[in-house]
Order: sequence, then structure tokens, then C-alpha cells
Amino acid sequence: MTEARQTVGYTEYHPRWYRSRVSTWWWLTRWPYLKFILREISSVFVASFVVLLLLQIRALSRGPEAYARFQHWLQNPLVLLLNLVTLFFVVFHAITWFKLAPSAMAVRFRGKRVPDLFIVGTNYAAWAVVSLVVAWFLVRP
Amino acid sequence: MAKQSNEPVLWALFSAGGVFAAFVIPVHLFLLGLAFPLGWISAPGYESLHALARLPLTRLYLFVLCFLALFHWAHRFRYTLYDGLQIKHLNEVIFVCCYGGAILGTIVAGYLLWSFR
Repeated sequence: MTEARQTVGYTEYHPRWYRSRVSTWWWLTRWPYLKFILREISSVFVASFVVLLLLQIRALSRGPEAYARFQHWLQNPLVLLLNLVTLFFVVFHAITWFKLAPSAMAVRFRGKRVPDLFIVGTNYAAWAVVSLVVAWFLVRP
Repeated sequence: MAKQSNEPVLWALFSAGGVFAAFVIPVHLFLLGLAFPLGWISAPGYESLHALARLPLTRLYLFVLCFLALFHWAHRFRYTLYDGLQIKHLNEVIFVCCYGGAILGTIVAGYLLWSFR
């Protein structure tokens, strides 16, 4: 290893690449860029949902009074607004995720590639079924 | 031997979390955050919800949801900060904060669900 290093003899000099400076706000200049950043930012709301879920679990674990307080807190207009914004972003995440699904998994059937529309369609159908199952567990009287 | 990268594992967690989040979070959030508090759909009572959360399978589901969703966030947010803010000298700090946050959140979720009474 050391021998090889000695014989190669790199020079310290390295030409500098030319790179024009990109503004920190580059993603505000075009709508597709902004959409990309909004899609990536949706992950923050995925995480904030986990926080909300953990608050619910904690309240549920502490007893009926704590849970009633939690439910009351959910009716606060500010919390409702925050949840509305979060819902927008998690739905945006789901839609963009399903849109990317055909590129992420190229499914082949009898040597032919399954059409993108079919994969996206199956994802939406599965989304509907999963949502109904989750709702069924939570909405029962 | 080449140094093994953590990237494939982190990417797999990001991807699995993305799928899980896309399928279940919208309905959970719609019911918990809007439909129940606004009275569009009558909210489940404390007793029935508590009984549901007591089931080991429910708690396993909730744990996996929290774990994957947090690692999804960590990975995606890390690269958003890299690309968006271009603060290369802070890359290591960002790395530690993102995955550290996800690990911490997973531990909290594990503790809450394990000690659920």
C-alpha cells in the first residue's frame, strides 16, 4: 500500500472546477422546483403526525380524564388548522409517492412491462381498501 | 476491503416508511385530527379505543408505523437540507440530528407502547 503510494506520486496541484454560485432560494424560482421541495418537506408532516399519535397513545394510557383533555385540545382552532395543513401534506406525499411507484418498481409480466397506469391504479385501489380497513377499526360505535 | 455504506439500509427504511405513511397516515389523520374533533363522525369512546390499543397486534402495528415513518422523515429531511440549504460544513450535524431524532422518537414510541396500561 505505502509502496504504491510512493511510486504514483500525485501532485498537490489540482485545478479548480468552475461552479457558478447557486442561490439558497433556487427552489423558489420555478414551480417544478417548488413542488419538489414541498414534496420533500411533506416528510416533516409525516413525522409531526407521529408526534400527534404518540400524544394520543400517552393520553389513552393515562386514563379517561387525560384522554378527555386530549380530545378537548384537538378542538382548539389552532390545532385543527395545523392538522388540516398536515393532512394536505400527507395526502400530497401519498399522491406523489404513488406517482413515482412505477419508476421505482418496474413490474414485468410475461416478458412485458406492466403499464405505469396499471401500477398507479393498483396503488390507489389498495390505498382505498387500507383506508377503509383502518376506518372500520376506528369508527365502530 | 471496501468500507460498507449504511446508505442502502437507510434508503430501505426511507422507502418502506414512505409506503407505510402513504397508505395509512392520511386516514388516521383525517379521523383523529378533523372528523372526530369536528363531530363529522362520532368519535370512539375511551373504553373501546383503550381496549383496541391494549391488543398486542395493535401496539405492534403502531410501533412499526412510528418507527418507519420517523426514519422516512430522517432520510428525506436530511437530503432536503443538503440540497435546499447547501450547508456542506453542517452535513455531519444534520446527519446526527435527523437519525438521532428518529432513534429517539422510536425509543419513546417503544416505551409508550410497551408500558401501555
